[in-house]
Amino acid sequence: MAEITEDIKVAENIVHKKSSVLTDKVMHYCPGCSHGVVHKLLAEVIEEMGIQDKTIGVAPVGCSVFIYNYLAIDWQEAAHGRAPALGTAISRLRPDRYVVTYQGDGDLAAIGTAETIHACNRGENMVMIFINNGIYGMTGGQMAPTTLEGMKASTCPFGRDPKTDGNPLKITEIVAQLPGTNFVTRQAVHTAAAVRRTKKAIRKAFEKQKDKTGTSFVEVVSTCNSGWKMNPVDSNNWMEENMFPFYPLGDIKDV
Amino acid sequence: MKGNEAIAEAAIRCGADGYFGYPITPQSEVMEKLMELQPWNSTGMVVLQAESETASINMLYGGAGCGKRVMTSSSSPGISLMQEGLSYMAGAELPCLVVNVVRGGPGLGTIQPSQSDYFQSVKGGGHGDYKLIVLAPASVQEMADFVELGFDLAFKYRNPAMILSDGMIGQMMEKVELKPQQKRWTDEEVAQMHPWATTGKPESRDYNIITSVELDSEAHEKFNHRLQVKYRELEEKEVRFETTDVDDADYLIVAYGSSARISAAAIEILREKGIKVGLLRPITLYPFPTKEIQRLGAKMKGILSVEMSSGQMVEDVRLAVEGKVKVEHFGRYGGVVHSPDEVAEALEQKLIGG
Repeated sequence: MAEITEDIKVAENIVHKKSSVLTDKVMHYCPGCSHGVVHKLLAEVIEEMGIQDKTIGVAPVGCSVFIYNYLAIDWQEAAHGRAPALGTAISRLRPDRYVVTYQGDGDLAAIGTAETIHACNRGENMVMIFINNGIYGMTGGQMAPTTLEGMKASTCPFGRDPKTDGNPLKITEIVAQLPGTNFVTRQAVHTAAAVRRTKKAIRKAFEKQKDKTGTSFVEVVSTCNSGWKMNPVDSNNWMEENMFPFYPLGDIKDV
Repeated sequence: MKGNEAIAEAAIRCGADGYFGYPITPQSEVMEKLMELQPWNSTGMVVLQAESETASINMLYGGAGCGKRVMTSSSSPGISLMQEGLSYMAGAELPCLVVNVVRGGPGLGTIQPSQSDYFQSVKGGGHGDYKLIVLAPASVQEMADFVELGFDLAFKYRNPAMILSDGMIGQMMEKVELKPQQKRWTDEEVAQMHPWATTGKPESRDYNIITSVELDSEAHEKFNHRLQVKYRELEEKEVRFETTDVDDADYLIVAYGSSARISAAAIEILREKGIKVGLLRPITLYPFPTKEIQRLGAKMKGILSVEMSSGQMVEDVRLAVEGKVKVEHFGRYGGVVHSPDEVAEALEQKLIGG
């Protein structure tokens, strides 16, 4: 077998390269985390659409608080849960720009529920990306609004009991009900095929913004192997077996 | 027109880009007037009724982050809800204008005028070491004038500014002279004037980040130090106040907003009795006219801090004179407005000995 050498790194051999929108900073995410993949897809869509100079991002509080270190677009870092409020003002004051918010489940579906619902109901012209891994990653694995029934977390160590802890919240189905959303989809990034579908969904969400017809909402059901205390492979399997039945993948609304 | 309406008129005329608010008595006329005037048709100003004061202040964050002149108005309980956002904006060094038409607290309290939000306005209010620039209007004219002044100071220092009014000034009707319409900044002007703003990253510059998070404590101490330098500069350059009848005075009243007007009437009553009293009216509550109170205080027999609260500003007056002069507080509170007679009587009792 021929030895692989540096001389194969020539233009005609390159089939995939890092998006120019991604910075060179090493991501802080745990191995197996879905954030890195979604960041990459977001960067690729922005690059492919040629809108790096026209996109303003809003970062959340949570593991992806430092997303602004990884994508070379203008960013605003919001208070916990308030990204849709920031996005509302940015979108209204700069209607010539693409606005994208990026939030986790605690941010978007617990502390920021009011901002999420009202921004989507008003139909603010922005792309909302929602990473749902059913747990608070950054603070160390506490119960999230989307934690499944029976799923263990540090604040429900014996598993979520709806009688005392309440029920997991399907926020994506809720925003799909609202007249202000024009595209609502739920995707994942656990396989190559799923990654391609998610990229297509993010691209579609951005394309929808050209018509200024409302909020485009992309949920990505994700893993948190640190929080779930599983290796990345087991996490993917666990997600397929447990998360997908409750959070089924696919488009929920497309108008 | 009403003080609250003057805010709305002045906002449009000074070229504000956006207003984001939530209804609360006694200031709802601000947003009502804006919606009636429909500035989106004339100047392009955005006016939006938000789902809460929490959302309003975070909309200001988003708008200010784009280098836009954005404002909100509310009353005490609503301002309490905004404190988180104000702390974030001070931490991200974002300019904005917040109008607080104060009502009596604590809690849901009352809808009547009060000045009991002094602490939450001039001492920061939210978490962390920060200050708001605080302007205290005493007339409808100043309600209008301070909109532009507030924006100017906020952008000059990249810091949130507040107009600390009260239910009386907000609801009161007076003649007011409005300035001619000024143009809003264009997006190109914003990008040029505020290179820190998130306007969309052109080839020519690195990307901008508006944030208040810094995990390295040493770096964060340095940032905090920079904020403190800014506040010292504000204290050096931006103190505003007005004095009346102080030259021959034996006693001094320190009062702002409505209480300054009431105190001026009280001083007339006292002077008719032969008691020489002067008035110092702080116009900026932060930065506070500490030096002037210190200077004037040195020749006074006593100082009365008059405020519609149980005694908040009085602490800063005491700090200014450092125990060298007797400082007393008088004020009705919980939504009750004191009369000039009550103020005059309190001064006689507390400073002269009745």
